[in-house]
Amino acid sequence: MDFQTLALVSLFSPFVSFWIIGVFIRKWGRFSAYVSIFAVFVSLLASSVMLLNLEHLKEPVIKNFLWLPAKENQIYFGIFLDNLSIIMLFIVALVAFAVQVYSLGYMDTETPPSLGRYYAYHSLFTFSMMGLVLANNILEMFVFWELVGVCSYLLIGFYYYKPEAARAALKAFWITKLGDVGFITGLLLLYFKFGNLDIHYLIHNPGILKGLGALGSGILLLIFCGAIGKSAQFPLHIWLPDAMEGPTPVSALIHAATMVAAGVYMVSRLFPVFVEFPDVMWVILILGSFTAFFAATMAIVQDDIKRVLAYSTISQLGYMMAGLGAGSLFAGFFHLFTHAYFKALLFLGAGAAIHAVHSNSIWDMGGLLKRAPVTGITFLIGVLALAGLPPLSGFFSKEEILVYVFNYENKLPFIFLTITVFLTAFYMGRAYVVAFLGSPRSKHAEKAHDPDFSMKFSLILLAIFAIFAGFYAKDIHHFLEVVFHKKGEVSHPSFLMYLSVGLGLFGLLSSYYIYSRALYIAQNASTKFSFIHKTLIRRYYIDDLFEWVYRKILLLLSGFAGWWDRHVVDGIVNWIIYSTARIGRSLRTIQTGVVQDYMIYITIGFILLIVIVFGRF
Amino acid sequence: MDLNALLLLSIILFSFGIYGVLSRRNALGILIALELIFNSANLNFGIFSKHFGNPEGILTIIFGIALTAAEVVLGFAIVILLFRLRKTSQADEVNILKG
Repeated sequence: MDFQTLALVSLFSPFVSFWIIGVFIRKWGRFSAYVSIFAVFVSLLASSVMLLNLEHLKEPVIKNFLWLPAKENQIYFGIFLDNLSIIMLFIVALVAFAVQVYSLGYMDTETPPSLGRYYAYHSLFTFSMMGLVLANNILEMFVFWELVGVCSYLLIGFYYYKPEAARAALKAFWITKLGDVGFITGLLLLYFKFGNLDIHYLIHNPGILKGLGALGSGILLLIFCGAIGKSAQFPLHIWLPDAMEGPTPVSALIHAATMVAAGVYMVSRLFPVFVEFPDVMWVILILGSFTAFFAATMAIVQDDIKRVLAYSTISQLGYMMAGLGAGSLFAGFFHLFTHAYFKALLFLGAGAAIHAVHSNSIWDMGGLLKRAPVTGITFLIGVLALAGLPPLSGFFSKEEILVYVFNYENKLPFIFLTITVFLTAFYMGRAYVVAFLGSPRSKHAEKAHDPDFSMKFSLILLAIFAIFAGFYAKDIHHFLEVVFHKKGEVSHPSFLMYLSVGLGLFGLLSSYYIYSRALYIAQNASTKFSFIHKTLIRRYYIDDLFEWVYRKILLLLSGFAGWWDRHVVDGIVNWIIYSTARIGRSLRTIQTGVVQDYMIYITIGFILLIVIVFGRF
Repeated sequence: MDLNALLLLSIILFSFGIYGVLSRRNALGILIALELIFNSANLNFGIFSKHFGNPEGILTIIFGIALTAAEVVLGFAIVILLFRLRKTSQADEVNILKG
């Protein structure tokens, strides 16, 4: 089979599964699960075949279908297959497959219809995400972009009977919409100014957008707003921690590996265009590096293991953005590639721990490594990869980002990212030491054990990728050079490697020391610097700020608009209605219903007519 | 005969008709008064046909009479039905169309 067929197969297999489950077999939960897993397995196979044959792909494969016919500037719906989209497709398929298999064990207490619903959403999500990856048109990408947003909403709110979950789902939806408004505005501007939304055309003619000057930067910044929302960059990051109300496998798939990476992918996809605008790149770099630092500080004080990971995800997405902003497609995208595996692994491991302990708090766990060795060891692999220790995958990608950011003239982003290396290692070490080492802190933790086969399988599968994905660096670098090659060399100072590994080790060891032997240090620190601690716990008051804006400004505005509508707009309409009715009431008395009265009217009219016509005399 | 005198006759006939239509309370009386109006119109056709020596006016009278006969049949039918339904033929007692 050729690439095009394979891509269509991997795209539509989850789509078919979604309809089958949604329409016919939703009631039989297990069966739906198998259908969905089979579908995503087909996708995985197809995308693996494409990935393995990547060197045979000389030219990007493009297949367009006319979507919106117009006299000029028609819009096509199509697929765009090149090295970047195939690698991304593989990531999506692999993580989706691992997570769906894992869910078999994790969701075992669900009722069958609910399990069917779960897998239907999963299939729809996989389809939408693949559509986003393969889109050959920014508008098409936007459609799938919103579809994954809907799936995210549905899956965060999967436990819709829990008020927090329903609220978190809404919050995620609205906050990402805030970014999407910018995205669609940018798209419309681009379309009106440029008349073409074709990705392939855009990235091969980046100069045309450059011709628009400042407006071009504005358009790109607006498009980037979408990425800020979707990839949870500051200041729209507030939805992601709350999104952890969803089932843990959902967090692993959507809120760690794939959907939140969509923003990064979008920037990577349009990277040749972004590169033409150094000011926009600077915004991406500074925003990304600041987000990385900012989220990492909040991760330190979280007690909920999933929230630690959520902040870590925000922070790592910031890393990716910083890598892209520093001018390296490879650095940013490669980190996406490795991060997808180890972060999904961490989430699944956290899920296994939660499943065993029946609590999200790390302080209810403890000693899990001994009781659940597979979970403990795979989680440790994830932690080490995230901390960037060699030879795990995170080391290579994080290293690459640091190199490029270091080469940037302004050193501020580099300082942010370097501190973050330490913070990352520290908070992951903290979570690991508290949850997996030491002695159990609750009854459930004492009886904890490894999960069943399906969950273990996914953990091990992802752990293998988390370990070895880093060695794929050279190939990915090679493949991405075809997509975009920037001239000019960067210096690779060797001290950077020692610095990042040293900081990572230092973070892990210090957290190990503090949380396993000297807990009083942490307690003292939190009381001594209670102001900072409180600020971190309150998430820098950004959620409060959003809420304040909502309550005090937006609601006030809506209240005024409501008053205006009810009293002024409706008042005018009601007055018209009232006077019409009054005039009607007085006119109806003419209609007596007696024939002769009408005849009198006719006669009078006739006489009047005569008078008017012959009125001369 | 004098044209003016004939036209005056026609006008008198027409005025009687109008008066009858407006003042009679019985539906049959109204119909008969209507006939007077028609006949005054027919008379006008005849007068002018004679005056101008054009036979088409006479033809129109024949058509008019046929039409009137048909109309009267229809009118009587309505009055009879009305009487069956409402037990009355007084026009002012029937006012179901009152607004």
